[in-house]
Amino acid sequence: MNKKLSFLPVILKKSVCALLFFSLTAGMLTACGSSSSAGSNGEVVVYNWGEYIDPDAIEMFEEETGIKVVYDEFETNEIMYPKVEAGASKYDVICPSDYMIQKMIDNDLLAEINFDNIPNAKENIGESYWEQSRGFDPENKYSVPYCWGTVGILYNKTMVDDPVDSWSILWNEKYADNILMQDSVRDAFMVALKLNGNSMNSTDPDELAAARDLLIAQKPLVQAYVIDQVRDKMIGGEAALGVIYSGEAIYTQRENPDLEYVVPKEGTNVWIDSWVIPKNAPNMENAEKFIDFMCRPDIALMNFEYITYSTPNDAARELIEDEDIRNSPIAFPDLSQYQNLETFNYLGEEGDSLYNDMWKEVKSN
Amino acid sequence: MSKAVSKKTEPPKTAYFNEKLMTAPYLFWSIAFIIIPLCMIFYYGLTDRTGAFTLENVTAIATAEHAKALWLSIGLSIVSTVICLLLAYPLAMILAQKNVSQQSFIVLIFILPMWMNFLLRTLAWQTLLEKTGVINSILNFLHLPALNIINTPGAIILGMVYNFLPFMILPLYNSLTKIDPNVVNAAYDLGANAVQTFLRVIFPLSIPGVISGITMVFVPALTTFVISNLLGGSKILLIGNVIEQEFTQASNWHLGSGLSIVLMIFIIINMVLTAIFDKNGEGTAL
Amino acid sequence: MIKKYAQKIYIALIIIFMYAPIVTLIVLSFNASRTRAKWGGFTLKWYGELFSNADIMQALYNTLLIALLSAVAATLIGTVATLSFNSMKRQSRAIFMSITNIPMLNAEIVTGISLMLLFLTLRAKFGFGTILLSHITFNIPYVILSVMPRVKQLNPSVYEAALDLGASKSQAFFKVVFPDLLPGILSGFLMAFTMSLDDFVITHFTKGPGVDTLSTKIYTEVKKGIKPEMYALSTLIFISVLVLLILVNHTPKSKNKAGATLSIERN
Repeated sequence: MNKKLSFLPVILKKSVCALLFFSLTAGMLTACGSSSSAGSNGEVVVYNWGEYIDPDAIEMFEEETGIKVVYDEFETNEIMYPKVEAGASKYDVICPSDYMIQKMIDNDLLAEINFDNIPNAKENIGESYWEQSRGFDPENKYSVPYCWGTVGILYNKTMVDDPVDSWSILWNEKYADNILMQDSVRDAFMVALKLNGNSMNSTDPDELAAARDLLIAQKPLVQAYVIDQVRDKMIGGEAALGVIYSGEAIYTQRENPDLEYVVPKEGTNVWIDSWVIPKNAPNMENAEKFIDFMCRPDIALMNFEYITYSTPNDAARELIEDEDIRNSPIAFPDLSQYQNLETFNYLGEEGDSLYNDMWKEVKSN
Repeated sequence: MSKAVSKKTEPPKTAYFNEKLMTAPYLFWSIAFIIIPLCMIFYYGLTDRTGAFTLENVTAIATAEHAKALWLSIGLSIVSTVICLLLAYPLAMILAQKNVSQQSFIVLIFILPMWMNFLLRTLAWQTLLEKTGVINSILNFLHLPALNIINTPGAIILGMVYNFLPFMILPLYNSLTKIDPNVVNAAYDLGANAVQTFLRVIFPLSIPGVISGITMVFVPALTTFVISNLLGGSKILLIGNVIEQEFTQASNWHLGSGLSIVLMIFIIINMVLTAIFDKNGEGTAL
Repeated sequence: MIKKYAQKIYIALIIIFMYAPIVTLIVLSFNASRTRAKWGGFTLKWYGELFSNADIMQALYNTLLIALLSAVAATLIGTVATLSFNSMKRQSRAIFMSITNIPMLNAEIVTGISLMLLFLTLRAKFGFGTILLSHITFNIPYVILSVMPRVKQLNPSVYEAALDLGASKSQAFFKVVFPDLLPGILSGFLMAFTMSLDDFVITHFTKGPGVDTLSTKIYTEVKKGIKPEMYALSTLIFISVLVLLILVNHTPKSKNKAGATLSIERN
């Protein structure tokens, strides 16, 4: 029996040697490619959404300022929050969404920004966006808007023959198994609450229960609950209707011209993702430089073209060459046309757990 | 030529070096990185946000949503474990008969897929199974009815079987190659037919491999959240998803830890099982 | 004869099942369209862009380095531990084996979170170091379980004979015992390397800013749509490993040797 396996070592030895050889060469090759020099002017640790910046913009910042950017990505606000709160990793600049900024302010995690060091912010970012920010940052002391948008329905014209102007189409049995819903608590409840004519920041248990029942009733019609995969699935014609962020709509339309984006008449979520500086940031000055750089019109334009999410940078919008995009009602909607627009608020721990429990009931049903 | 295969006797004990010195690194390591972290899970699981002792996080498993997710997880895991066993056993038997030079090469062939990232492989199944995916395009071309299993429990089972099959093949293969061919030949010589030989000799001798294969498939299948997210369209809530969501979305670490403690029961069950079937305490997994 | 063919067909079917997604990924790496949902024609551009993408290259470097270091460390610690188990009493050995099983049987997510909690309490800086420590931790069991059967099969009288013949303790160990353990150690190493390479969940919870492995990089991309460069990279890794394995295992020389070993054995 031992003899039987006696050949194994030869093969294993060779295979292991080969793998070692392979990984060492590959490692060596890649190490050469990525010589990471600590910047001459220190570093700045940036914590941003995945795929939410043009990598060239980071490179330009490093070249111009000599500050090295350490870049990290998160997938949801909720994953980001405990990492920052625990202080295990110290970040200089973070890009959370509206309600999360409010939570971070409430829990005293954010530093006041010295706007004297960020001249580009006040100069280039439109007044309406500062106004909107006051919903979660009442004195505009903690945050600088980076991206914004609406949430709406993306539909495939070849597959939907009813007019799409209301959230109620997502409950139409004709499109069973052709509907994509957002896989996040607040976004999913927003749809149901708005359809019921309630506020999407409601903490009223009855209103929430009604929304929950609506979502449970919808579940058999839903093909999948997804986050950003709506994009690929809609492009590929996997589904007829999907709840999507406006920023994705431009990209998807470019890939598949049959797609159309609509903001439903019952109102929707207008969201803002903004730069903030946490209290324990080790490189506060570099953080301000980074934010200032991101507010420069040419850089904001680069980022807009790369990620296709609407920019609050009015000066950058002026620079957009393609008139259709500059005046696109998707990228830059005239918000006064719509009713019942809201921005998410932080609802406190109790509110959060109310939503989470109900969402679990929907999901497990 | 062969050393006496001493299955029943206590294994020989030889101290090759200073025994205490040699135990030290692993002892230190397992206390620092296995025991203490586990204690922290217990601490979080048995306290509430204010730090007071509570059993609520553990008993929360009994609420309708959690219990449903747990039963569903157990059901899907059992089905995939059984499928893995049924697929892997004949394969392992065929492999064990092959000549030696092919043997380890073929075994490497089954480890090789793991060199492509797990997430990418699972995502590739999405591309294959989708309504407009590769398999349906082929079926459509052949004028066959479409296969609609994406976003159903079926797709999750497929994903589990696919991802964990190697963990069933390897221990089975290992325990089958350990069977002395003379024992099998003796059974034939004594007049047993193929079925009898299999049931009375081969299968009983391979039980340690079966047990470790079952645990190596069942436990990861029970706790997965990635597969159910990617192939189940997040419509199907498994216990792994609940725990993951408590940590990453709901920020309720206490509840997440409490539910994890419940899952550890399955480890204890496994340890008991292993203790029963593996009396030498040698562990036969790989 | 029929049985032979049935066996071959069965193996082929399982291999098709195992490799279908891999072929899909390889095909996608030549897809000119950025989205996996549609075929935009054949292209090689992702392979070119791959090498100019510093992020991916850095992630690849981290992944390989972590896999290598953690596999080496786990192999050392695991092998030494297995040898020491051998001389233990049955009960303490059983306890140790149970502890060993924990990281392997515990839900990955629980292991990941428990390590994250530990590092948080220690106020450790999340990054390369924490990932490495975690990978060593979940790799050790694979090494122990591969080496254990070999240790069991050791014949202590050979070792004692070497001592009697005047070998020093370390000579006796490295010249006599170690070669017998080597296959177990190597397959343990291979397993550890592979597991580290493929891990996502534990890395996800123990990583820090700016340090990404391929898995964590891919996960952030899953949500935003995988970049085709990733498919290209996976294809390259896969093909190189496959070619290497075929080359080292099928050189004519080793074939002859295999034949020789076999014929002796069959006698």
